[in-house]
Amino acid sequence: MKRLIAILLGGGLFGYGLAWSGMAQPEVVLSFLQLRDLGLLLVMAAALVITTIGFRLAPRLRQKTLLGLPFSHEVKPMLAGTVPGAVIFGVGWGLSGMCPGAAVASLGIGNAPILIGLAGMFLGAYLQGLLAEGRLKRQEKPG
Amino acid sequence: MGFPFPHGVTSYLSGGVLLGLGLMVMYLTLGVKAGASSFLSSTLTYFTPLTAERGSRQWRLQFAIAMVLGAWLYAATHQDFFVTAVGWWRLALGGLLVGFGTRLSSGCTSGHGICGVASFSRASLLAVAVFMAVAILTARLVLLLGVTP
Repeated sequence: MKRLIAILLGGGLFGYGLAWSGMAQPEVVLSFLQLRDLGLLLVMAAALVITTIGFRLAPRLRQKTLLGLPFSHEVKPMLAGTVPGAVIFGVGWGLSGMCPGAAVASLGIGNAPILIGLAGMFLGAYLQGLLAEGRLKRQEKPG
Repeated sequence: MGFPFPHGVTSYLSGGVLLGLGLMVMYLTLGVKAGASSFLSSTLTYFTPLTAERGSRQWRLQFAIAMVLGAWLYAATHQDFFVTAVGWWRLALGGLLVGFGTRLSSGCTSGHGICGVASFSRASLLAVAVFMAVAILTARLVLLLGVTP
């Protein structure tokens, strides 16, 4: 129960913040990517100040989280897909003005057409998953 | 106000602070750095034989539902509901590339852009530089071709 309340509060703040900042509107994101309004950089900077301090401070103040779980010390490693994936993501983001979190939040502001984008995202993630987990290869090999 | 912030800075900064606080709530309770794009892979494990992110699928789905509720709360209290005018083919094709690319890259705007950069990940810093540059070029190109908005 405590866990569910934490997730509701965390996700709720995240979604509320995305809506307030305008990032749930593809048009606002596109106005950044077209370099007409650089607000997106302020959103990232504000979130980064909080998380950069928080990710470092929290594990120093406490051994475990408030729910008694270990703190993740994940630092994303450089993988073969890191840069090619970023290129493909960049084309999609520039074309649509949507990224995964903002698209989910966009549902909450009543943006029904974003469902088309989310369907596309799930299909894209599915295709990548098939390739990554080697299922396509096995199916293509006869015998 | 004109460029670079024709709509002011308040909503951007306050939204960004709340977004960061939401990520901190997740870190201080579940101990996770909650990037958004893994939610795509983790949710797929409910319907497909894929296994990536299966272990986190429950909280990721709950987190996504909470995001929808949070965004709704903002829109409902500020009468700020919105329907995009971006064409369906751009959403469909863009979504496909976003889904494929973020999973191949192991991160998105929140996973690499916020959680990764806040953890001083070199891979995330590089990924952010690349997807920002490519997205800006793509968006400018689409604008030049006369596709609006």
